[in-house]
Amino acid sequence: MSYSREIWVYCEVRNGKITKGGMELLGKSVVLGSGIGAKVAAVLVGDEISALAPEAAAYGAEKVYAVEDPKLHCYQSEAYASIIADLIKENKPSIFLFSSTDIGDDLAPRVAAKAGTGLTAHCIELRIEDRDGKPLLHQTVPGWGGSKRIDIICPEKRPQMATVKPGLFDCPVPVYGRPFELLKTKVELSNKLFRAKTIEVHEAPSCELPLEGADIVIAAGWGVCSAGEIDRVRELADVICGALGATRPVTDKGFVPVDRMIGQSGKVVSPKLFISLGASGAMHYTTGFEKAKYVLALDQNPHAAIFGMADVGIVGDIKKTLPLLINELKEMRN
Amino acid sequence: MNLIVCIKQVPDPLYFDRITLDPVTKLVKREGVPLIMNPNDLNAVETALQIKDTYGGKITVLTMGPPQSMEVLEEALALGADEAILLSDRAFAGADAVATSYTLASAIKKFCEFDLILCGYETVDSGTRQVGPQLAEYLDIPHVTGVRSFKIENPEYLIAERRLENGYMKIEVTLPALIAVYNEANDPRIPTVSGIMNMASKSLKTYGLNEVGLISADVGLAGSPTQMAEMSEFKQNRRHEVFQGIPEEIVKQAIARLKELQAI
Repeated sequence: MSYSREIWVYCEVRNGKITKGGMELLGKSVVLGSGIGAKVAAVLVGDEISALAPEAAAYGAEKVYAVEDPKLHCYQSEAYASIIADLIKENKPSIFLFSSTDIGDDLAPRVAAKAGTGLTAHCIELRIEDRDGKPLLHQTVPGWGGSKRIDIICPEKRPQMATVKPGLFDCPVPVYGRPFELLKTKVELSNKLFRAKTIEVHEAPSCELPLEGADIVIAAGWGVCSAGEIDRVRELADVICGALGATRPVTDKGFVPVDRMIGQSGKVVSPKLFISLGASGAMHYTTGFEKAKYVLALDQNPHAAIFGMADVGIVGDIKKTLPLLINELKEMRN
Repeated sequence: MNLIVCIKQVPDPLYFDRITLDPVTKLVKREGVPLIMNPNDLNAVETALQIKDTYGGKITVLTMGPPQSMEVLEEALALGADEAILLSDRAFAGADAVATSYTLASAIKKFCEFDLILCGYETVDSGTRQVGPQLAEYLDIPHVTGVRSFKIENPEYLIAERRLENGYMKIEVTLPALIAVYNEANDPRIPTVSGIMNMASKSLKTYGLNEVGLISADVGLAGSPTQMAEMSEFKQNRRHEVFQGIPEEIVKQAIARLKELQAI
């Protein structure tokens, strides 16, 4: 089967906006595409969704495929998957990237199965190798909780599909007013496509500093898993304008919302400074901040694995070291 | 209701650091790493047990893997599942999500009747979250992933609540369907002594490639669109400058070091 050289990005829309993950993937695709002369295209599905095409173009899309219908106002798993699989059959992209979000992880596998191709989940790096004049996408994933790096390829089937956690690639600076080609597609939506029908969506706009794109991220671990200690951690976050995250035990206890869990099954962050507080350093957690430029770790156990992941470590009872750290940083900021 | 629960045996994540790569053969060595039922799959089994407790029915647990995977089926039977199917064949080895889903779907079509299929939302080993939606696609049924609660309205449909990063969605689902259960859904029970005693009398069947009616080109590594090109140990490239001693002093020293690095 011949296929175009296009690189597609599924631009997920939440609260009427293209998500940051989608913008990051557009930026990454521009870089990947420039090496092989491939066009970058955004795929938008929703109600009156083509209004977002200029936004997608600003982040790097030269082409925008938009499928709109009032019935597509909310994410509908089977309808979205079917529409996107049809777009693939019609236009044969070479590469297709999705954000690895709750929605992206729900949608991309079904699209891949419909399109008869493979999908690599939760990639942390993507690069293109020229194999006999054809672009082969190398998709790197962390294996076994991050202890291994596994390079996955999809040699025969197309498109080569991958999901990527938001926050891994740089978000490009938008350039508004870029020319782009808009391709609107009309679709027939049968009732069968709504056997699973989304009837309500509840999304709280997060009032705290988002983890994605934060310069400093602070993660609360088991060692600070009490109401009093978490208040201290929040104070630290305030003092240095950091975004607050946590390990699974802390989100399980409800001290920090679950959407702020750091690690393999939560968020991946790449701040300038990552501060780990009272977490022992289990790999499914540490894989979430591998891309941080610097890591500061505080824990009472000098043998904790976390110190092997840190640039700077402070061993000691966190009840003592954390208030000291807060005071020192306060003085520094003044 | 006829319920199917798809489960998987995985290495215990507490021992992931013992999984190593042979530097010469590049093969994965995992001797001495205990195997467990994928934690999220326990939530799926628990969900099935609760449905059966309320509405009655039959629970079939299904897995694909080497003969040792039978252990997780036995665990599910001890918890209260009624029968178990192990898909095991050398030809199934090396399957990616597509080949796995295709094999599971083929076996379900051949051996099972069902109203609802349950899976865990994600595994702790590869964690792709793919098999649920792909299995649903191959069986041509609707799917919902990340389910944290649901209500069976009548034998024809249920209403599920799925998690989102910062909220949730409510979804009406026509049966038959597949739902992938998130760990917030319930607290899995533990086996009782009588459950373990009853286990031996329950049906546990093993089927290979021919019995499922498949050909080797469609399953395992051969039937997988994706392949591993390379694997390597991940090395952290960090400074490891760890300060120990009097708290007042080491905190100052650590901050001075971070300043030098221009990290703060």
